[in-house]
Order: sequence, then structure tokens, then C-alpha cells
Amino acid sequence: MSRAWKWVREHAVMGVGILAVAYTLIPIIVIAVFSFNDPQGKFNFTWEGFTLEHWKNAFGIPELTEALVLSIQLAFVSMIVATALGTLLAMGLVRYQFKGRRFANLLIVIPMATPEVVLGASLLSMFVFIGVDRGFSTLWVAHIMFSISFVVVVVRSRLIGFDRSLEEAARDLGATPWTTFRTVTLPLLTPGLAAAAMLAFALSLDDFVISNFNSGTTVTFPLFIFGASQRGIPVEVNVLATILFIVTAIAMGFTVWQQRRAEKLAATRPDDEDTGLSALASGQRPVAGSSESA
Amino acid sequence: MKRRRLTPYALMSPGLFWLLIFFAIPMAFMLIVALEEGSIDTGFSLTWQFANFTESVGDFSTQFGRSFKFSIIATILCLLIAYPLAYAIAFKSGRWKNLMLFAVVAPFFTTYLIRTLAWQTILTDSGTIADIARFFAFIPEDGKLLDTDFSVIMGITYNFLPFMVLPIYASLEQLDERLIEAAKDLYSSARSAFVKVTLPLSAPGIIAGTLLTFIPAFGDYVNATFLGGPNQAMIGNVIQDQYLRTQNYPTAAALSFVVMAVILAIVLLYIRFAGSESLMGEDQVP
Repeated sequence: MSRAWKWVREHAVMGVGILAVAYTLIPIIVIAVFSFNDPQGKFNFTWEGFTLEHWKNAFGIPELTEALVLSIQLAFVSMIVATALGTLLAMGLVRYQFKGRRFANLLIVIPMATPEVVLGASLLSMFVFIGVDRGFSTLWVAHIMFSISFVVVVVRSRLIGFDRSLEEAARDLGATPWTTFRTVTLPLLTPGLAAAAMLAFALSLDDFVISNFNSGTTVTFPLFIFGASQRGIPVEVNVLATILFIVTAIAMGFTVWQQRRAEKLAATRPDDEDTGLSALASGQRPVAGSSESA
Repeated sequence: MKRRRLTPYALMSPGLFWLLIFFAIPMAFMLIVALEEGSIDTGFSLTWQFANFTESVGDFSTQFGRSFKFSIIATILCLLIAYPLAYAIAFKSGRWKNLMLFAVVAPFFTTYLIRTLAWQTILTDSGTIADIARFFAFIPEDGKLLDTDFSVIMGITYNFLPFMVLPIYASLEQLDERLIEAAKDLYSSARSAFVKVTLPLSAPGIIAGTLLTFIPAFGDYVNATFLGGPNQAMIGNVIQDQYLRTQNYPTAAALSFVVMAVILAIVLLYIRFAGSESLMGEDQVP
């Protein structure tokens, strides 16, 4: 076997990996580059020259800005409610044994496994059948619905790795359940909650399909883009998309950093191996009150 | 004691009710609408038209077939791209690991519609990529890349690739590298160590990734709308069109119901093998 062949074989996997990374990044670079384009016609498809005009005019198209503001409001409402409901669901699933767990699991999993077009269509069927006008309220109802399951998944994984001896210590030292929750549970869960909330926010901001079915005449950011795509998308859309990309990347980086810090803090505890982890390894779920009720 | 037993229900009822009212019950309404008869002008009435199902599937069998074809090809392409990528990130990337992971999720930081439209820009008839394809005679002189099966499949592959990469990466990352070393110590070749150790141990990631890619790909219509022409319309396009433009609700509802049934059959099959909690990313099932 020649040396060149050997080199190719050794680096082939990394080579494919780098090509794949290029594939994921190229459209994003195109979006950012074309935010500086100066198209002559209505369509922003071919490069015709550099300009900063559209960056200066980023919020200069009233309908576009309105759509973006509406989307952010919508994402905010959806984030708050979905994070609250999803966290409670995750708490119930991880910390308690109860009848109907299978049903609860299915009800949480199946929406994630349902194509968006079916989620949108079925909700519209109901609204049409009982005669509900579509608008902002039907939108946030829908967004909360499809975000809850994702919140459950994220918070659940944090709760499973949660060291419950910390809560027990607080209780032993005389803290009430509420004080324990407020001063021990909540701070430790915060990175997980932040990640779940960000995911819910992003899912809502990005949603097109379900909104398209249930928006009525209300126009969200993705719906504006869809409408504009027929008659040519203004360059300002690229500018806003680039800004959103940078903001999301920073927020994401911050959450990851916070999560790392929380993990490091947890890792400094001397005996973290014989609490939650061993229970998990034996396939047993840590059950609430198992030590007290005995 | 009694209060304690009610606690989980108290915690979970708001969320479960939300999912019941805005997910499960709408499904029932969709079934009722699917069995109705009439038009938007004359009004609809429930006449238990079970023929709606067979008729609508028959009328749009081309689009159904296309949805299967496109989503299956895209899922396979995703797997072929994602496995080496996930492998490279897990074992070969060294200090570039975080950067490569960032690249995998970066598409999520832009709006779905905008990144699909970016491919419209890239593949456009007057674009560089189209010129290159013509130069090498991949397509004829007057040929196009846009509005073809190729562009739609490529768009679907692009948009759902992270759903394949992340589960495979997670399962490779958990893999105990000592097992591979042990195989090699026992005179296994690199290839047979991969086939007999690495591949089987990453199977849960492959299965989860395949499911997470196929499901949204099957119902997708954004890629077909922006990157395809009339000859690339998928079943999602038909459902959207029947609901929002023609307002032929019974046909649209029947079609979405069939889509849901197909997906549900696949998911239930999966749950039988892997357990319902595995979809939420937990391996052990009590």
C-alpha cells in the first residue's frame, strides 16, 4: 500500500466531516453576504455590488418590522407558558410514580413525532369546526402546544442527573419545601430551564408551517417572508436574518458556558457518585419521598 | 400520604390538558371533517364518507409516492453524510470539536424559510453552481438545477441533517473506546472492529436519527415550494393547497389523517423496539 493511499485512508473521515461542515455553513454565509448586495430588480438572487444601504435601513420596512415584532411577542408568550407547563410535566415524570405514566408519555412524545403539516391541519380543523376566528390567540395556543414536548425533553434530562441529596440536606437543616425549592432546586435547574426556554423561543420564532394554517390575517416574520417570496424578498430580510443569527449564536454560547459552569460546580462535590448516578445505573428512578415515607 | 399521591397529577394536569385540548382533540375533529361531504359554498355535513379516504389517496397517489421517494432518499443521504461527520466530531476533531458541533446546529440559528431560500439563490439558473454543472455537462446546456427532484431532495437533506447528526454523535460520544481497543488487541482489523463493535453500539443513534429525519421530511412542503416546480409537489403541498386555497376541507383532512397514520405506524413500531421514553433521549426503561 502506497503512503499516499494510507494518508487518504487515515484522513478520509475528517475530510468528509469538513465537506459536511462546509455544506451546513454555505447557505448561512450566502445569507450574510447577500445582505450587503445591491440588487437592481426585485429579486436578490445575483450579486450586483456592495452596499450598506440595507443595513442602515434594517427596520425601514414597516410591514417587515411589524411582523418581526409580532413574532418576538408571540415567541415570548409561548416561551413563558411552554417552559412553565413543560417543567411541571418533567417534574411529575421524573420524580413520581403514578398511574397513567404511559399515557402521559405518549401524549408528550407523539406531538414531536407528528409532521408539522398534520399539527397545523388538525388544529385548523378544530377551529373551523367550532367557528373560531384565526389570529394572534390561535397562534400562541398552537405555539405553546408544539413547544411543550421539547421543554419536557430538555428539563427532564437535567432532572435525571439532579443530585437529590442536596434537597434532602436543605430539608434536614429545617428548610420548608418551598424554601428548598426556591433556594436549592430552582438555582440548580436554572441552566436547564434557560436552555429549554431558549429552545421554545427559537421554535416559535422559526415556525412557518403551523402558523401558516392558523394565522388568519396575522403576519409573523416567517409568514412575511413566505408572502414576499412571490414578489421578491427585500434585502432587509437578509439583514434581519444575519442579526438574528448573531444574537442566537451569542445567547447559545452563553447558555453552554453557564451549563459547563454548573457542571463544574457539581463535579467538585466529593461524593456525587453514590447518589443519583447509581440509582440510574440500576435502572431505578429516584422516587420522591421514598426515604421519608419508609 | 394521600396528598402525595395526587401531587404528580396536580403538577402534570395543566400541561397534559393543553396537549389534550390542542393536540389530541383536534385530531378527533380532523377525523370528523375527513368524513364530511360538501363544499365551502354549500357547507359541509357529516355523512360518514369513508370513501373520502380512498378517493383522496387515489387522486393524489403521485404526490404520496413522491413524498415517500424524496423523504427516503433524503434520509439515506443524511445518514451517509451524518455518520462520517458524527464520527469525525466524536473521535477525530480534537480541539475543533466545539467548532464542528457549532457548525452542525448553526442552520437552526437562521429561519427555516430563509435558509431554504438561500439554496434558491445558490442554485438559481444564472448562478455559478448552475454554470459549473453545465460546464461539466452534469445538466444540458439549457438545463436547470432549480425546480428539479435534485434541488428538492438536496434542500430536504440540508434542512434535516442536524436531526441525524446529533443522535448519532450522542451515541458515539457515549461509546467506551476501550471496547474498540479490546477488539484490536484481540487481532481484529480496523474494519471488523468498526463493523462488529462501533456500528452496533451506535445503532440506537442511527435508528433515532432516521426517525427524526424521515418524519419531518415526509410531511415537508417548504422545500418543494421554494426549490421545486409543479412536478415536485409533495403530499404536504396538496394538504396546504386543499386547506388554504381550495378550502376542500374533507379531502385535506383525509389526506393529513393518512399521513398521520403512516407516521404513527412507524413510530409505534419504533416504540415497540425501543420503548416510549427512548424518544426522549433516555436509554434505560424501568
